[in-house]
Amino acid sequence: MSALLEIAGLTAHYGDFQALFGVDLTLEEGATVAIIGANGAGKTTLMRAVTGVARVSAGSVTLAGEPITRLAAPGILTRGIAMVPEGRRLFPSLTVEENLLIGAHARRGNGFWTLERVQALFPILKERRHSPGTALSGGQQQMVAIGRALMSNPRVLLCDELSLGLAPVVIKEIYAAFPQIKDSGTAIIVVEQDIGQALRVADHVHCMMEGRITLSGRPAELSRDAIHDAYFGVSHA
Amino acid sequence: MMLIDTLAQGLLLGGLYALFAAGLSLVFGIMRLVNLAHGDLIILGAYLILTLATVTGLHPFVAVVLAAPLMFGLGWLLQTHLLNRVLGEDILPPLLVTFGLSVVIQNGLLSAFTADSRKLTAGPIEAASVDLGIVTLGVMPVLTFASAVAVVFALNRLFYRTALGRAFRATSDDQTTAQLMGIEPKRIFAMATGIALVVATIAALFLGTRANFDPSIGPARLLYAFEAVIIGGLGSLWGTLAGGIVIGMAQAVGASINPEWQILSGHIAFVIVLLLKPRGLFPRAND
Repeated sequence: MSALLEIAGLTAHYGDFQALFGVDLTLEEGATVAIIGANGAGKTTLMRAVTGVARVSAGSVTLAGEPITRLAAPGILTRGIAMVPEGRRLFPSLTVEENLLIGAHARRGNGFWTLERVQALFPILKERRHSPGTALSGGQQQMVAIGRALMSNPRVLLCDELSLGLAPVVIKEIYAAFPQIKDSGTAIIVVEQDIGQALRVADHVHCMMEGRITLSGRPAELSRDAIHDAYFGVSHA
Repeated sequence: MMLIDTLAQGLLLGGLYALFAAGLSLVFGIMRLVNLAHGDLIILGAYLILTLATVTGLHPFVAVVLAAPLMFGLGWLLQTHLLNRVLGEDILPPLLVTFGLSVVIQNGLLSAFTADSRKLTAGPIEAASVDLGIVTLGVMPVLTFASAVAVVFALNRLFYRTALGRAFRATSDDQTTAQLMGIEPKRIFAMATGIALVVATIAALFLGTRANFDPSIGPARLLYAFEAVIIGGLGSLWGTLAGGIVIGMAQAVGASINPEWQILSGHIAFVIVLLLKPRGLFPRAND
């Protein structure tokens, strides 16, 4: 069985600095994968490399059998990978509703996610639809960013640091929407520093450190100690 | 009575300046590109209308309909083949390239059409006027002003009510994130420059029917356009219309005191606005 998204030997540089060292990762249809790791582990670079924002120096990314490694960001979006970028990155000149609609800019044909369905998923976005996107609270902005990505009806949704800078109660509210997103058939990769949240939402967890995946497994199979060690890079040996 | 007449004439003249400026304002608002060849592109548009009118025998008002799509195509090609290559963090390369383009257009027009002054002839409508009791207004200046309002209105609708306008604003806000939405900034920029040159063609029609033109007068039109954009506030289209009107009225008032003061008064008004409101009359909130 071939995976929906297959990342093989992915390597990326920022100038002379190597940020990713041959990362391998697969995502099955409808699955949710979490990538955890400390700051600077290469999680965001991995997301940027997959979506065509950061340049890949070696390795490959394949979506449903089609190689997409060298495509630019717009081409990758139209093939079905949407990203909720770190820091949300809403468009300040656009209202909440326009921020959602722009997510469907390159969309062709029909799909499950429509403006109505996204507004039903996060009702506050309907209430505040005429406000400037950046006038909302951090958590509400995150909902706009997720909704905006869903509007393209992606096969794969990448979420980069959803919980960054948000209160625990808000994080919980945002992750409460995930079962519905999974039910729509979208496969998800979440990048998280919040390990507890990542373990709750994912079928499979990868821990990254210094540009490499150092630990992988199902949440139930991974011991607290193993995760702790992989996350902080300490060894009991 | 004299003053009202002067202000009315100035208002209408402001419409022409707003037409010069609207394309410049649009392009600056979307890609932060200051196009130093904008004035010369307007003059190029005037020669294009003149050529089409001469060759086909059509009235300039009809010839402009043929010229507009050609100018759109020129704008598209200009952006995709030249300007997109120099846009980036550094604002100097696009300035140099558009400055060079200005020189190329002027010299190209000079070899093709000589330095002789030309004019678009619109027929009896040029001398027609309407008597409103208090003031008598020329039909052409009224048409010019009405076109300016219509152009600014249409551009605003495009900007705030259409999917293309949404993509314009998103790209202007954040190019990287716009690409994550499937937007290709270079196509968006090409579209914007194409539209700007359509507006330049409309400006060319009224410029060419109002007075004589020759290949060298572009830079002076650019200066008025610049002042209108800056008085109005960078990126605000209604502001650009207001900016054109401020310059037009200042020039008319100056000229009524002493004809030699016309041009100077416009520039003085520009300096005064800049001193009082450095970001213009209607600055964009998030700049």
